[in-house]
Amino acid sequence: MLRYVVNRVLLMIPTLIAISVIVFTIIQLPPGNYLESYIAELQAQGESVDPQKIAFLRQYYGLDKPLVEQYLRWAGGMLVGDFGYSFEYNLPVTQVVGDRMMLTILVSSFTILFTWAVAFPIGIYSATHQYSWGDYGLSLLGFLGIAIPNFMLALVMLYFANVIFGTSIGGLMGPEFIGKPWTWAKIVSILEHSWIPVVVIGVGGTAGMIRKMRANLLDELQKQYVVTARAKGLPPGKVLRKYPLRMALNFFISDIGSLLPSIISGAEITAVVLSLPTTGPMLLAALKSQDMYLAGSFLMFLAFMIVVGVLVSDLALMALDPRIRLQGGVAR
Amino acid sequence: MSAASVGRAPMTGSQLVEVAGEPGHIVSTAPFDPGSAARLTAEQEHFYLASQWMLMWWKFKRHRVAVVSGIILLLMYASTLVSEVLVPYNLHTRHTDFIYASPQSVHWVHKGELIGPFVYPLVKSLDMVTLRREYTENTTQPYPLRFFCSGDPYEFWGLVDMSFHLMCPPEGATVFLLGTDRLGRDVMSRIVYGARISLTIGLLGIAISFALGLLFGGIAGYFGGWSDMVIQRAIEIIRSFPELPLWMALSAVLPVTWSPLLVYFGITGILAMLDWTGLARAVRSKLLALREEDYCTAARLMGASPKRIIGRHLLPGFMSHLIAAATLSIPGMILGETALSFLGIGLRPPITSWGVLLNEAQNINVVALYPWLMLPVVPVIVVILAFNFFGDGLRDAADPYR
Repeated sequence: MLRYVVNRVLLMIPTLIAISVIVFTIIQLPPGNYLESYIAELQAQGESVDPQKIAFLRQYYGLDKPLVEQYLRWAGGMLVGDFGYSFEYNLPVTQVVGDRMMLTILVSSFTILFTWAVAFPIGIYSATHQYSWGDYGLSLLGFLGIAIPNFMLALVMLYFANVIFGTSIGGLMGPEFIGKPWTWAKIVSILEHSWIPVVVIGVGGTAGMIRKMRANLLDELQKQYVVTARAKGLPPGKVLRKYPLRMALNFFISDIGSLLPSIISGAEITAVVLSLPTTGPMLLAALKSQDMYLAGSFLMFLAFMIVVGVLVSDLALMALDPRIRLQGGVAR
Repeated sequence: MSAASVGRAPMTGSQLVEVAGEPGHIVSTAPFDPGSAARLTAEQEHFYLASQWMLMWWKFKRHRVAVVSGIILLLMYASTLVSEVLVPYNLHTRHTDFIYASPQSVHWVHKGELIGPFVYPLVKSLDMVTLRREYTENTTQPYPLRFFCSGDPYEFWGLVDMSFHLMCPPEGATVFLLGTDRLGRDVMSRIVYGARISLTIGLLGIAISFALGLLFGGIAGYFGGWSDMVIQRAIEIIRSFPELPLWMALSAVLPVTWSPLLVYFGITGILAMLDWTGLARAVRSKLLALREEDYCTAARLMGASPKRIIGRHLLPGFMSHLIAAATLSIPGMILGETALSFLGIGLRPPITSWGVLLNEAQNINVVALYPWLMLPVVPVIVVILAFNFFGDGLRDAADPYR
C-alpha cells in the first residue's frame, strides 16, 4: 500500500515537468523578445520606460541567457514559491496574488462539494425512477445546465441576487472587508457572497455528473448480483444501499480527474464576469497585456491544482476500494 | 428494440384458426413445411441483409427528440447559406437614430381591422432624469411589412450584387424584432449572420480534431508498444490542463497583426488541438477491442491483408461510434469559441459570431437596461441542446443490435 502511494506521488513528477515545458513553450510563443515587445507596448501607451527596471527584468528572467537556462530559472523559481514578477504592481506575483490563489482553491473546493451534494441524490433518483416524469424533468434540467454558457448564467444570477437578496454586486466579500485581515465577520461575508459563483460554476459540472451517475447506476442495477440480492428477498432500499451505491461512490471520487478541469475552467470565466478576487480576472488581464510570464505562472498553478486534485482522488479511491488497495493496481 | 421483433415473419390470416372455447389459442391448419424456418421472407431479407447504415438509420428514426434535433440543426446550417436573404438588414447597417432600441413587435389588427403583419414606427424620447433613450410606438398609422422585396443591397457570397430579402422594413418605418445594439445595428440580423461563424467553427474544428484523433488513436491502437505509451501519456498531460485557461493563453498568443479571417482559423485550430484527446482514446480502445474479435481472426485466417482488415472490417465497426462521439464534442467547441469571444480574446469584429455579439452584453448594466442584447445566447443554447440530443440518438443508433 505504501508502495502504491509512493509510486503514485513519483508519477506526478514527470507529468508536472511535461506540463511546465508546455507552459514555457506558450510563454515563448509570441514572436520576438518578450521584453522588447513589452517596452514597445509601454511606449505605445505613452509611458516612460525606466532603464533600471528593464535591466532588472532582463536579469530576473535571464533573458540574455540560452532558452534552457531561462526555463530552468523559471521552473526553479516556481519550486520555491516564486511565481514571477508583476509589472502592473511592480511586486513579486506572490505578494499580489497570495489571497487570490487561496480563494481559487476555496471556491473550487466549495463547488466540488456543491456538485456532489446535488448530483448524488438526483442521480440516484433518476436511475431508480428511470423513464418517470421526474427522471425526464431532471434530465431536461441537466441538459439545460450543460447548454447555458455559465458566464451568461453568472450575469443573470448576479442581477437577480442583487434585486432579490440585495447582495452587493461582484466580488467575493463585502467591500468593507477587502484587504483586511481574516476575521470571523469576513468569513461570514465570503460565505454570503460565494454561493452565486459556486452555483454558477457548479451547474455545468453537476449536470454532467448527474448523467454519468445515472448511467453508471443503471449499469450496476442490471447486474446479476443485484438480481440475486433481490431474489433473496432484501428490501429494495437495502439492496440499493448495500451494493450498487457503493460502486457508484467509487466513481464519484475517481471522476474528480475530469470534474476538476471543467470546474477550474468555469471558475476562471465566471470569476471574470463576477469580478471575483481569484486568479481568473488577473489571468485575463495578464493575457491581454501579453504579460506571458505572469500568465504562465497562473496556468502552471491551475494545472498543478488539478494534478494534486487527481492525486488526492486516487488516494481516496485507494482507501475506499479494496480492489485497488489490495492489488496495488492503478486507479481508473 | 430487439432484432427479432422487426424481423418476425408475418402470419397470414387464412392459415390460422382459433380453437373454439379456448380464447387466444391459435393453431395453423397449413401443412407442416420443414424448410420454413430456413427460408427468409421478403421482410426478413429486408432486415437481415440491410447494411449497417440502414440499421442505424432505422434505429435513429425511433429516437424522436434526436430526429427533431437533427432537423433543427439541418435548418440552422442551411440558413447559413442564405443568411443575407433571410434577414431584413445587413450585418453592418447602422441606424444612428435608433440606438439601443427595444424590440419591436409585429401587429396584425389595427383599430379592429385585420391588415396582416405590420409595425408601428418608433418614436424616440430622452428621459431627462436617467438620460435613457426611450422608444414608444406611434400607433396612428400602421406600416405593413414587405415580403419578397428589395432592401439593403449586399454581395451574395461576395460574388453577386443583390438586394433581395425575404422580409423588408416598410418605407418610413423600421423593423427591429429583437432591438438594436449600441451602434443601432439590428440584433436579429446580426444573430442570423453570426450563425455562419459560430456553426462552422464547430464543424471545422471537429474535422481537424477528428483527423488528429484518428491518426494518434490509430497509431496507439494499431502499433501498440512504446508509441502507445507515449501517446497515452501525452493525452493524460493535455487532459490535466484546465481547458479554458489554456485556450485563453493560446488565443492570446495569436499575433495581433493577423487578419480577422486568419484569427478565425487560428482559434479553430486551437479549439481542435485540445479536443482530439477524447476521440483518440475512443479510437484506441475500440481498435484494441475489435482487433481481438472472432471475425477479425477469421479474416486473417482467410488471408486478408492488414489493409483490408482495417479498411473493410475494423473501420466500419467503430466509425459509427466515432461519428457519434464527434457530434457530442461539437457543443464544447461552440461554447469554447463563445466564451473566448465573450472575454474579448477570441474572434474580433468585423467577424461576427454569437460570442462576439455576447461580448456587448458583458456587464450588469446590460442585464438591467438592455436585456435584449443577451438574446444571442438563445441560439447558442438551442444548438448545444440539439447537438447533445442528436449525438445521443446517434450513439444509441450506432449499436443497432442492442
